[in-house]
Amino acid sequence: MKPILEVNGISKKFLIGSQKLPYLNFRDKIFTAFKRSKSSQEFWALQDVSFEVRKGESIGIIGRNGAGKSTLLKILSRITPPTQGTIKVRGRIASLLEVGTGFHQELTGRENIFMNGSILGMKNAEIKSRFDEIVDFSGTEKFLDTPIKHYSSGMQLRLAFAVAAHLEPEILIVDEVLAVGDAEFQKKCLKKMEDVTGHGKTILFVSHNMDAISTLCKHGVLLKGGRVETSGAIQDVVKKYLLEMDRNTLSMEEGIVKFIDIQQVKDSLHLVVKFSGDVEIDYPNLGFSIQDIYGHAVTGTNPLKSEIEFPQFRGAREGTIEVVINSPKLARGTYQLLVWFGNRKGNLFETKDPLQFQVDGMAAEQNRNPRFDGFVLPQCEWNIR
Amino acid sequence: MRDEDEFIIGPPNKLMLNLRELWDFRELFYFFSWRDIKVKYKQATLGILWVVLQPVLMMLIFTLFFGQIPGIQPEGIPYSVFTFSGLVFWNFFASCVTNAGNAMVSNASVIKKIYFPRLIIPVSAVLSASVDLLITWLLFIIYLFIKQVPLSSSLFFYWPLAFLLTLSATIGLGCWLSALMVKYRDFRFIVPFAIQIGFFVTPVVYPVSRITLPYVKYLVALNPMYGAINLFRQPIMPQTLLDMPLMIISIVSSVSLLIVGILYFKKTELFFADLA
Repeated sequence: MKPILEVNGISKKFLIGSQKLPYLNFRDKIFTAFKRSKSSQEFWALQDVSFEVRKGESIGIIGRNGAGKSTLLKILSRITPPTQGTIKVRGRIASLLEVGTGFHQELTGRENIFMNGSILGMKNAEIKSRFDEIVDFSGTEKFLDTPIKHYSSGMQLRLAFAVAAHLEPEILIVDEVLAVGDAEFQKKCLKKMEDVTGHGKTILFVSHNMDAISTLCKHGVLLKGGRVETSGAIQDVVKKYLLEMDRNTLSMEEGIVKFIDIQQVKDSLHLVVKFSGDVEIDYPNLGFSIQDIYGHAVTGTNPLKSEIEFPQFRGAREGTIEVVINSPKLARGTYQLLVWFGNRKGNLFETKDPLQFQVDGMAAEQNRNPRFDGFVLPQCEWNIR
Repeated sequence: MRDEDEFIIGPPNKLMLNLRELWDFRELFYFFSWRDIKVKYKQATLGILWVVLQPVLMMLIFTLFFGQIPGIQPEGIPYSVFTFSGLVFWNFFASCVTNAGNAMVSNASVIKKIYFPRLIIPVSAVLSASVDLLITWLLFIIYLFIKQVPLSSSLFFYWPLAFLLTLSATIGLGCWLSALMVKYRDFRFIVPFAIQIGFFVTPVVYPVSRITLPYVKYLVALNPMYGAINLFRQPIMPQTLLDMPLMIISIVSSVSLLIVGILYFKKTELFFADLA
């Protein structure tokens, strides 16, 4: 049988440098009409990307931020055309690049179900026939006739996903939409998506959640710098991606946090964060979360949780925060670090791309199996009678 | 079913209108218009009453101030009826062009996240304003009865024709402006200004006979609303003869706007997601 999706040599070019704003300015146009066109830099977001997807197969697309995942999804969803190459599609495509596209705050839950369903490509009759199921899945039946501006963000998300989950396309394109929402709801969504693949439907899934990708997809495509780095069985692709991700230092030009570094020093972890900005900062605060490679939190805290503040630190534009994490002692393996920085007024910085680091020989241990023994070594007293 | 169909996503190369696809998405026209209407009147306390108040107030103001100017009186009908007859389509035209023009930019978040024929957005903006038009139109008919202005049966010919001309001009101009607005945000300032000028250039509140300069009237006729409003007035002012060359200019201008507007829209729509 022919593949349901045939991607042949897709490339996408953007012009950068010639326009700083995302839109053109009439004045610029008038002036540039008399000048030689300014040299604009070409930027290839995707270069010669090819792969095939067979019916009922699900494929995970992974890669770092900026690797071209979003551009690829946009081309597959027909939001933006490719510069070169073609994609042959043999089936109805629905794409979920965002949950709740077209949701309007003034409309009620009921009205938004119809609006959103229709934008996603459902027929009015289809929405009607699945309406009860959708409401059931979202768990918002009590508020069905309330404008969604009165909903909590979690409720809006549940409603939005409920609509999307009841689409019945042959090919479903899903972008990272599961990154939000509480854990229980995420599980529900993943379960629903597994059901979908079980019914011979094809899913194209992009996520940073390697756990979700490994469970949902059998095949993977790893993008790097706009090209296909590897493709094949999902385990191999995930492994390759994780190896590449290793770096325990992160320097940034933009934003208030300029430098993050995490190192293992003997049997403790040393975290250093440097910040500098244009405004004075009072009461800076730093939170960190150490997670496993699948994004499950292992441990994390911030000084406020122990009611610690830095009252002496006021009115400076820059500073360095050092944290020595003496316990827990982590088992050997690969971890990710997420950092949050803020002051009393709120968030100033959050890591988008987690730092990945290795821990080795921190806790005296032998034959640790992360599947059963977890990440921290228990301190036990054993008694046998 | 079309599930078995194979379609190809490739680099853009053709300017096809793809009517079949528009037909497949026909429900979306309804949903977008329906959402616009709901949202528009949901927060206003007076709600749908505004549709009635707007033209009535405008008519009163123009009758009070302009109606006194000597020589502005139209033949055979009261000035207030005359102004009202102009406002019915002009208000529709003005609100459509403004809404449709802004529609692509205000729906940018949807455009960047999902595919559907983009033409649905400006056209739905026009459709949603049609509800206002119908109400104003009914109001106008009621007003004719109050003022006991006889209505010729030629209305069954002239009114649909006038409506089609207006529709063609508004859809054309709406699509064109909405595409331009995505590329050049300057149009956000140009459009309201141009509509204000248009109001006075179009014979909405004064009779055509006031334009006496020989060449200026040809220029005025280029305005598609010139034809539509004159045709609309025929059933209540049968004694006024239509100036045929001017009418043809106006009709041609209206149809050309539709074609040029949609062509320009189709030409740029592929890159909306990159620009918006």
